[in-house]
Amino acid sequence: MSRVSIDNLWMEYGDQVVLERICLDIPSGEFCAMVGPSGCGKTTLLRLLLSMEQPTRGGIRIDGQPLAAEPRPDRGVVFQRYSAYPHLTVQENVVLGLEFARAPLLGKLWGAKKRQALDEVRHVIDAVGLDQARDKYPAELSGGMQQRLSIAQALVRKPRILLMDEPFGALDPGTKAQMHDLVRALWRAERMTVFMVTHDIKEGFDLSTRVLAFDKVRHDPDAPQAYGATITLNLPLDDKPERAEILNQAQAPPGSERGAAEGLGH
Amino acid sequence: MGRRIINRRPGKGSALFWGALPFLAVLVLYVVFSALRLAENPGDKLLPAFSTIADTVHRLAFTADARSGNVLLWTDTAASLTRLGLGLLLSTALGLILGIGTGLIPYVRAGLSPFIAVLSLIPPMAILPILFIVFGLDELSKVVLIVIGIAPFLVRDLALRVEAIPAELVIKAQTLGAGTWQIITRLVLPTVWPKLLDAVRLSLGPAWLFLISAEAIAAQDGLGYRIFLVRRYLAMDVILPYVTWITLLAFCMDWALRAMNRRLCPWLARGAS
Repeated sequence: MSRVSIDNLWMEYGDQVVLERICLDIPSGEFCAMVGPSGCGKTTLLRLLLSMEQPTRGGIRIDGQPLAAEPRPDRGVVFQRYSAYPHLTVQENVVLGLEFARAPLLGKLWGAKKRQALDEVRHVIDAVGLDQARDKYPAELSGGMQQRLSIAQALVRKPRILLMDEPFGALDPGTKAQMHDLVRALWRAERMTVFMVTHDIKEGFDLSTRVLAFDKVRHDPDAPQAYGATITLNLPLDDKPERAEILNQAQAPPGSERGAAEGLGH
Repeated sequence: MGRRIINRRPGKGSALFWGALPFLAVLVLYVVFSALRLAENPGDKLLPAFSTIADTVHRLAFTADARSGNVLLWTDTAASLTRLGLGLLLSTALGLILGIGTGLIPYVRAGLSPFIAVLSLIPPMAILPILFIVFGLDELSKVVLIVIGIAPFLVRDLALRVEAIPAELVIKAQTLGAGTWQIITRLVLPTVWPKLLDAVRLSLGPAWLFLISAEAIAAQDGLGYRIFLVRRYLAMDVILPYVTWITLLAFCMDWALRAMNRRLCPWLARGAS
């Protein structure tokens, strides 16, 4: 389970307010699309959710627990660029998460252990459709394939929350549509809570079960930096069938979600 | 015909010809002026004939020295390469350790980076007397001079390379559960390794400079020692082949480092930057 609650969060850089009065309560398993004009703090909130930065006021809680102060495997991430390691092949990129967990000293597995780990991630590589490109380096892949790789890489550690910063911003419309199907399927299979920053409002409504719109509501013409952006619209998309499922699960007693939370790996 | 000169490219054979031209020009100039000077004064030592140089090379490289019993060229080469190799190895190790430390770990950066910045501004030759006093006149002071000469550059270059790693990649590694040490072994080292070898290639010139300077001032053998020893006899027939030999060695080292880069980093050949 991963219910995300944000209580009166502010983010300021010096005297510039970026985010103000952010309050959210997102049920576990929800797919949140964050939309709004550039410079309205969508990415900043994502960075805060990732613990890349600390809020100046207020805090973020997951299932009632304060967020760890640094990035952890419980929150996976897919960036728009620099998504995969250029010096590793596709399968080495994907298996990396397992190697970090199993080889504390060097972060690298050899021999039988390596083969076993590669076997374990094979279905993730297949699931994102990269089975033909297993031994290629990221530079040899198209933009869409690189993003698939990044998603597969992020899923290996089975994060409870997946954060995506304009993951499909650089892709052509056809590839984008394919990626939407892929992400929707993986999100349902893994039962993750997803936060996705996007400039494409249609993409946001298509994929998500909740749309969060960011904008500045207060303006001071003499001091444009004095007020920050906030969430102007918090819209659950109740007509989506997935949303009813999510709410049902959220209300079910704790023991009954076990099977559902197992996800892709089993 | 109409193409601009910036758009006209030599073919393969033509490029070879243009590449060889300056070498041939220097060679021809040498032969001509050497012949002119020798015609005027057969005892001229400044531009010896190729036959004289060949005799000297034979004496230096293939016959034992009458006084010491060593074949001078090889003894000198071994001595110089040992010093240079040790100096480069130590500098590379320092560059790697301190460079990654200052580039990746904020506390190490805060503690070391101003110190290294100041250190790298000290002219190494100016403190050579101190090195001789502290480390003695034998091998150690020469190795230390090379290290002091090039390590600060390697450290700063590596630190910049580490800082230039996109933050996204470091964050992603953390979300995959990597600790600091694992980030170093799996992300930082493979990323900066080819850049380190390039930096070492660029340091070869300065490293030779410091080596030959140190050998010129105090040594019993070495390529630089020999050149400065025979300078007083105006023995250009020794100096010229030695300089050519040093250039050839430096070229081979540069080539070997480049080849190592290609071998160890296959992703570079396949489109990664």
